[in-house]
Amino acid sequence: MSSVADVCVAACADAWRGDGEILASAFGSVPLIGARLARLTFEPELLLSDGEAFLLANVPALSGAQEKIVEGWLPFASVFELLAAGRRHVMMMPSQIDRSGNMNISCVGDWSKPTRQLIGSRGGPGNTVNHPTSYWVPNHSTRSFVKHVDFVSGVGYDRPSGPFHEIRRVVTNLCVLDFETPDHSMRLRSLHPGVTVEHVVESTGFSLTIPGDVPATRTPTDDEMRAIESLDPSNLRGTEVKV
Amino acid sequence: MTEADVVAELRDGMTIGIGGWGSRRKPMSLVRAILRSPLEDLTIVSYGGPDVGLLCAAGKVKKVVFGFVSLDSIPLEPHFRRARESGAVAAMELDEGMLRWGLYAAANRLPFLPMRAGFGSDVMRVNPSLKIVRSPYGDDELVAMPALKLDAALVHMNRADAQGAGQFLGPDLYFDDLYLMAAEKRFMSCERIVQTEDLLKEGSVHTLRINRSMTDGVVEAPRGAHFTSCEPDYPRDEAFQKTYAAAAASDETWSEFARVYLDVESEDAYQAAVRTGGFS
Repeated sequence: MSSVADVCVAACADAWRGDGEILASAFGSVPLIGARLARLTFEPELLLSDGEAFLLANVPALSGAQEKIVEGWLPFASVFELLAAGRRHVMMMPSQIDRSGNMNISCVGDWSKPTRQLIGSRGGPGNTVNHPTSYWVPNHSTRSFVKHVDFVSGVGYDRPSGPFHEIRRVVTNLCVLDFETPDHSMRLRSLHPGVTVEHVVESTGFSLTIPGDVPATRTPTDDEMRAIESLDPSNLRGTEVKV
Repeated sequence: MTEADVVAELRDGMTIGIGGWGSRRKPMSLVRAILRSPLEDLTIVSYGGPDVGLLCAAGKVKKVVFGFVSLDSIPLEPHFRRARESGAVAAMELDEGMLRWGLYAAANRLPFLPMRAGFGSDVMRVNPSLKIVRSPYGDDELVAMPALKLDAALVHMNRADAQGAGQFLGPDLYFDDLYLMAAEKRFMSCERIVQTEDLLKEGSVHTLRINRSMTDGVVEAPRGAHFTSCEPDYPRDEAFQKTYAAAAASDETWSEFARVYLDVESEDAYQAAVRTGGFS
C-alpha cells in the first residue's frame, strides 16, 4: 500500500523520464528520493550529486552511513557550467507559483522592503532560461498557488525567456500539474488517489485548465516501493508532505 | 599580517567581496575583526551566510550584493532577514550565476559578460541598471552582467605559505579565486601557514589554486572559519550556529550573544569564549 508521499515520489521521478545523461538536481526530500528512484529504475543514465561536490556512481539512501562511490567532481563552478550547457533538469521548491509558472523564493511583499525575506533568487533565474525546471510544492494551497508572485525568481511562460526555457512539471501533495496547453497556462495533469478536482480548485488561487477527464496519478509499482523504502528507510518523505 | 592589519587596509564605504559559500569556509576571523572596528557603510558581495548576517546585525552594511543568504542547515539567515525587513540595508539581488559572472568579468578587466540568467526575471526589474544586449553575431538577446569590481576581497583557505600561495583541501574552492582576482586589495586567512615546500604534503597540485600574485596579505587564523565549515579541518559547528540563529529572536538575546562572543578584544578572546561556552 503506497502513501501520498510515495505517490509524490513516483510523480517526481516521472518528471525526469526521458532525460538521459543529464544532472538531476533536486531540492527537498521527496524530489531527492524521486531523482534517485528514476536513476534506479527507468533513467539509469541520470547524473546524481551528493549535494556537496561529488557525482555519485551508486545510489545511496538519503539517511544512513551507506558508502558513497564517487564518479566525478562537481564543485559549484561545474554545476554552473552544466547548467549553462543545458545538461541539467532541476526540481526546486517555490514559495509562490502562478498560472504561467513564474515562481518566487525571494521575498513576500514589496521587494524593496519585504514583509518576509526568503532565501533569495538563488539559481532560479538562470535555471529557468537554461534548462528544464520542475517544481515540488508539499503544501498545495492558495498561499503557494497565487494569482501574482511577489517576485519572479524563476521565469514562467508569459515572460521573455529565450530558446531553452521549459517548465515541465509541478508536483504537489494533491496533484500533478503541467503547462501542456495552447497558451502554456497551468493544467491539471493528474489527481493523487482520493483527491477531488474541487479540492485542487479550492486550493489554487487562480483558474486552472482542467480536462474533462482527469486521470489519477499512478501509484508506485511493487519494485518502485521496494526502492523507495530502501532509499528512505526513515520516512523523510512522509514528514515533508502535508496530508 | 594580523586581522587588525587587514582591517587597517579597509575604509568606510568600500565594496568588499567575501569568499566561501553560505555557511562554508567563510573568513570569519576577518569578519569578526571588522565587527570590532569602526568601519561602516560597506557594500558586501557574497554567496551569503553568517558573514552577511553578522555585518548586518552590527550595522556595518549599506548594501548587500547577493544571490542568496543562507546558513545551509538553517535555510534563512535571521539577521539578514531582519535587516531586509526593516529596510536597514539596500540590496542588489542577482541570480547566483550572475554573481559569479560579474566577478569573472571584473577579474578579466571586462566591463560586462553576456549570459542568459536574469532574462525575464524580476532580477532585471529590481536592478534597473542591468542592460540587455543583442548578440553582434545573431538575434540573441542576452543579459550584460556588469563587472563586480571589488575594493577588497577576503577569503579563508586551509593552508597557505607566507608568500601568499593558498591551498583549499575541502571539496570545493567555491569562487574564492574570482573574488581575489576581482579585487584591488586581496587578503587571505588560513588555518595554518606552512613552508612552501610542504604545500604538496596534504593535497595534490590541483589544490594550489591561489598563487601568490593573487594575494596581498596572509593571516594565520586557526579555526578562523568558525562556526562555518572548513573541511577537512573541521565541520560546521552546528550547535553554535543554532545558538547564533536563536539569539536573533530579540534585542536582549542578541545583545547577550554579542557581549559574550563579539564585544571581545581579539580573535583569541572569541576562540576562548567558544571553548568555555558561557552562553545558552
